[in-house]
Amino acid sequence: MTATMNFGTSSQPSPFAPPADDVRPDVPRVLVKTTPDDRLSFWGSLVGSGALVWLLYTQILPFSGRVGFVILWYGAFLAMYAGVTAMGNPATVVLDRLMGAIIRGGAYVVFGTLATAVVFTGAKGVEALSNLNFFTDDMAGVRPTDDLSMGGVVHAMVGSMIEIGIAVAVTLPLGIGAAVYMNEVGGPLARVVRTIVEAMTALPSIVAGLFIYTVLIVTLGVSRTGIAAAMAIAIMMLPIIARSADVVLRVMPGGLREASLALGATKWQTVRQVVLPTVRPGLATALILGIARGVGETSPVLLTSGASTYFNANPFNEPMNSLPLYVFAAVRSGEPLYIARGFGAAAVLMVLVLILFIITRILARQKVGRR
Amino acid sequence: MATVTESAPAAAAPPDTTDVPRGIDPGLAREDKVFFVAARTVGIVVLAIMGSIGVFLGYQSIPTLSRYGASFFTESQWQPENDVLGISAVLVGTFTVALVALVIAFPLALTSAIYISEYATSRVKRLLVSVIDLMAAVPSIIWGLWGFFLLQPKAIHAAHWLHTHVGWLPFFNVDTDPDSASWAQSRYAASAFIAGIAVSMMVLPMAAAVMIHVFGQAPIGEREAALGLGSTRWGMVRTVVLPFGRGGIIGGSMLSLGRALGETIAVVLIISPAFDIKFRPLEVGTNTVAALIAGRFGEATSSQLSALLTAGFVLFIITLIINTLAAMIVARSRSGAQE
Repeated sequence: MTATMNFGTSSQPSPFAPPADDVRPDVPRVLVKTTPDDRLSFWGSLVGSGALVWLLYTQILPFSGRVGFVILWYGAFLAMYAGVTAMGNPATVVLDRLMGAIIRGGAYVVFGTLATAVVFTGAKGVEALSNLNFFTDDMAGVRPTDDLSMGGVVHAMVGSMIEIGIAVAVTLPLGIGAAVYMNEVGGPLARVVRTIVEAMTALPSIVAGLFIYTVLIVTLGVSRTGIAAAMAIAIMMLPIIARSADVVLRVMPGGLREASLALGATKWQTVRQVVLPTVRPGLATALILGIARGVGETSPVLLTSGASTYFNANPFNEPMNSLPLYVFAAVRSGEPLYIARGFGAAAVLMVLVLILFIITRILARQKVGRR
Repeated sequence: MATVTESAPAAAAPPDTTDVPRGIDPGLAREDKVFFVAARTVGIVVLAIMGSIGVFLGYQSIPTLSRYGASFFTESQWQPENDVLGISAVLVGTFTVALVALVIAFPLALTSAIYISEYATSRVKRLLVSVIDLMAAVPSIIWGLWGFFLLQPKAIHAAHWLHTHVGWLPFFNVDTDPDSASWAQSRYAASAFIAGIAVSMMVLPMAAAVMIHVFGQAPIGEREAALGLGSTRWGMVRTVVLPFGRGGIIGGSMLSLGRALGETIAVVLIISPAFDIKFRPLEVGTNTVAALIAGRFGEATSSQLSALLTAGFVLFIITLIINTLAAMIVARSRSGAQE
């Protein structure tokens, strides 16, 4: 900015320039500018309200507690900021500043809360995670009161992987196939399928679990196994994946599809060589978000898988544990060491979801690059 | 189909015969027939699976509903051993938790959506949209742990404070003396209020994502017109973005309400089950349909299982109605924004 201004206000007028009193060089206007007055009124209000609340809240009035302090500080800050701004600005500016502070405050609360949840889980989980046997042992023969140097969650990790793997193997072809049917084949039946799939996204996960429990375990006599849990997760994930795949296919530009058909390709060739490759990143995103949802959901597995303490990689026989179920059982036990294990498993689950999420982001970014 | 065979003699015919018009519709290639049949089969399978759940739940509800009739919706107790069953208390609890969640999630979702959509710079904006998506992917059990171990010890003080100072409102009342020297902390724990806060964090990203989406669709011309007339940023948000996004704000909130009604694990971890109809969310003990199913499925006989399935069916129907309304509102607002 300053460089441009120096150039423009140089004292050597060009021979072609208009009369000297009319020299108004084009200087781009700064759209968002903060004057020292603005900054001082912000920081001054922040510090002043903090000091005021500290004095009143902790020293004079009989209150205590950090949460109350922060809430009062924020309230006092808003009042003081509005008052200070009102001294030199019209009412519209005061309102703008005030709403800006409120909106920013709300956003910071949301991101701060997410951070506390992640950090809290990680911090409480470190105790269990620092023992390497946590990643290599199962809980067979380990009592809840045993030290953290015994036992681990490998059985729950493997169980989660197997269950989600089976669920994906079932839902991926069905979900994407249904989405292809709705968009590429169409017809009155396809509209029925779309309506039902959209309706079923409202199915609470616990009801999906209860459905599988009643049908597979109570009625058909299947024992509580990994496959039952995988089916419950699949029932929960299928509408989610089918619906998001449907959305991805629906927003695909029709021109590509029509160009392929106009060149004489059959419908199937169009779907396989034009439609699916084009929407692949979107489908991958939909799938992975579905997986992240399925792997963290506790209620379907709570009803269907049973909870083994030992390593079991066979989904068709014997109960199988999974990470969310392990966490749930551990924190309900009330035993401090077992709760510490639960937090460790929760941290593992969190990292798993985070990894899936980062993969999603990378895939989504590829989409931008391909265009 | 038949037209394929028709076009063949036309090509083979000698040139001096009269022109046989070629079929405009060549019919389907063989691989397309296979593809159509396969796709239709998958569609029918999905329809059958999804539809059978709804039909099954409805069918299983018949014996319970015919046995208990309307009392299933008015009875508050769940005592299968005494043949007394009803979901009025759990329905009230479900809505209490969901409403607490919505009351907390709505302003936070709205402000963070406005912040991301209107205040953040474009680079930060993309990051923050990812953060909101990540928040939606955080497993509910993590929010349960957060609510139970981190939030609850603090929230009981907030609940006590609310009871002490605004306890004259029946909604904030708790059945204990707030001013006694050592106030009963356990009376404020394991309440619908605390469960609602945990659920609010789960449903918030869903509402925020919808709001960010519709705010982004507010027409650029009218934004610039507002700014060009000298509007402040908030003035532009209030006069352009919020009116255009109104459908998204309402619809997104309703979608999150639907999700909040079915939330299980965080609620199970936090609340202590109680079967009385009460409108005192700050007080210990409540129950929701989802928590009822999670707590009672194991010991249930087949008739009790049918009752649980009926409760689940009622929950599903409520969620379905709310989601459908929300989808309609969002869709209508979108078409309005394009005009």
